[in-house]
Amino acid sequence: MNLAIRDIGYHRGRFILTSIGLGLLLGVVMSMGGIYRGLFADALAVLDATKADIWVVQQDTNGPFAESSRIPEDIRYRIAAVPGVAQASPLSFQTIQIERMGKPFRFFLIGFDLNGFGGPPAIVAGRGIRQKHYEMVVGRGMNMALGEKIHLGLHDYTVVGITGKIVSSGGDPAAYVSLADAQEIQFKKDNDAIRNDRERTGARVAGMHTLSPPQARLLQGDISGITESTHTVNAVVTKLAPGADLGEVKQRIGRWNHFRAISGEEQTKILTKGMIEKARMQLGLFRVILLVISAVIIALIVYTSTLDKIRTIATLKLIGAQNRVIVGMILQQSLLMGGIAYGIGYVLILLTYEKFPRRIVLEPGDLQGLFVVVIAICTISSFVGIRKALRVEPAEALGG
Amino acid sequence: MFAVEVEKLTKIYGKGETAVTAIADATFQVSPGELVAILGPSGSGKTTLLTSIGLINEPTRGRVVIDGAAVADDGWLPGLDLKRLRREKLGFIFQAHNLIPFLTALENVMVALEINSLSRSAARGRAVELLTALNLGHRLYNYPSSLSGGEAQRVAIARALANRPKVILADEPTAALDTENGKNVMSLLKRLAVENRSAILVVTHDHRMVEGFDRIFHVSDGRIAGEKNNLEEVAQRHELG
Ligand SMILES: Nc1ncnc2c1ncn2[C@@H]1O[C@H](COP(=O)(O)OP(=O)(O)OP(=O)(O)O)[C@@H](O)[C@H]1O
Ligand SMILES: [Mg+2]
Repeated sequence: MNLAIRDIGYHRGRFILTSIGLGLLLGVVMSMGGIYRGLFADALAVLDATKADIWVVQQDTNGPFAESSRIPEDIRYRIAAVPGVAQASPLSFQTIQIERMGKPFRFFLIGFDLNGFGGPPAIVAGRGIRQKHYEMVVGRGMNMALGEKIHLGLHDYTVVGITGKIVSSGGDPAAYVSLADAQEIQFKKDNDAIRNDRERTGARVAGMHTLSPPQARLLQGDISGITESTHTVNAVVTKLAPGADLGEVKQRIGRWNHFRAISGEEQTKILTKGMIEKARMQLGLFRVILLVISAVIIALIVYTSTLDKIRTIATLKLIGAQNRVIVGMILQQSLLMGGIAYGIGYVLILLTYEKFPRRIVLEPGDLQGLFVVVIAICTISSFVGIRKALRVEPAEALGG
Repeated sequence: MFAVEVEKLTKIYGKGETAVTAIADATFQVSPGELVAILGPSGSGKTTLLTSIGLINEPTRGRVVIDGAAVADDGWLPGLDLKRLRREKLGFIFQAHNLIPFLTALENVMVALEINSLSRSAARGRAVELLTALNLGHRLYNYPSSLSGGEAQRVAIARALANRPKVILADEPTAALDTENGKNVMSLLKRLAVENRSAILVVTHDHRMVEGFDRIFHVSDGRIAGEKNNLEEVAQRHELG
């Protein structure tokens, strides 16, 4: 007969409660791992959806995700002319926070050229953007329905399509509009500010005595044209022609055009190493701490359950039971507890991970790794109990 | 061949000033099937005598031979598998029944058989047979907590007898029982000893319990003082058995 299972069966209430508690803890460890992976997936979502070979961004910056990058929109034509570039398309990014149904509603707005690329990935409902203006495709995370309208800047935008789980590197859900709309939302949203600026430059120009009034008017017009230009984008993404050398094209863009060219791979590094590194380390550390806590708890449970069984162990020794009978009983109990707790944690996370506010990515490798770690913890923890058990004298069974 | 042979057995607990001589120079033999009662005041060394023979307590000096196999000669002989000797040759019954709380009556007996390499079904058969013989056929699936003191002690007896040990060591097996149950347990032990040809050493402080025993050891201050022999009766019993 299996003593471990008989003991568990006799104390099943206690065992089940302990396993559930431990299972919850392991569920948290699993979700930590999932959040950790989700952080990566989120950070890279836009990058992956864009499928660009090279990101052309403002010189001396790390691109639109890491810092602010502004380049003139018409650069796209010069980039497209660079040998080796098959396609160049402008993109604009902005984070928007408005009130919706009485609550702050935050999302990441991507403006793209309807004839270029970098638009929404797979459309899961509705259609893509067809009209040049006032249409919008939203990510699933926005929780908006087809046909719903949202007021941005000066106009209402209608949701015509829904795309997959696309989010900003900060985890905000993303939406797409045409580049022209995005620029309008970005720059025309504050007409008062523009009017103020215009008056200020007007006053300065009028104060220049060397200019005649018509010259001054002309100059003011030029200055306004430049400073108020809405034809700015955050990046121009390119696809290489077949056979083109990435390094060469990058160099050409960097040298001749005074912009920084970032490969997709570098962009990935900027996003993962630079931007989410701290969050990643924090999660990793938290995960380790939780595992240590689990280990301590398992060791304590095994130890106290061994103490509870001292008399039983002494009796077994008295009637001549081999050490393996006693070691087996403790080790099996510990492993069984770990295994069941793992199962509870797993089911729990499987049932809930889609409901987490941020993306949880469950990688089979991570889960298997955790299983191995749990089994190792249980084995090592049971040594504490086993050590105690092997020191029990059979004479301890005699006391009244 | 004797079931138990003890020669100049001495057990000293501790060292130096605090040393306690619990057993001093005990010499005796017990034959198979012989019933020995051990009487004596508290602290006189009765339990120590049993545990020294029972391979639980290492003798300080002297020889111990169990069923022809020397186990101690001024301490354990090297290379002994004490656990194996315990499970094959010895049966233990103690004041507190010492049943495993999470096993049923049946399993408590089976465990002693299974650790002695009996198959599960064989162990089950033997355990059922023993428990039924001890009038516990209706209590096979009860846990110790739901058995009466007498029933639990009978389960402990069944467990002690399971492997047909050569020697049964019982330390106040009736102490926790009322007189009637105590007498029943004693007479059971006696009957089984004869049937199995096991030597039985029973510690008790109740004079009423010792009737029908072959010999009585009176222990005081670690010495086996009086020894009433009743060898004729032993011979008679053996002929009957
Ligand atoms: N483990 C031990 N360490 C030290 N001294 C011990 C130990 N066990 C017993 N003794 C001492 O040895 C002596 C004999 O003890 P033992 O338990 O054999 O007596 P006993 O006759 O069984 O007494 P009781 O009738 O109370 O059970 C006592 O003086 C006791 O204090
Ligand atoms: Mg005693």
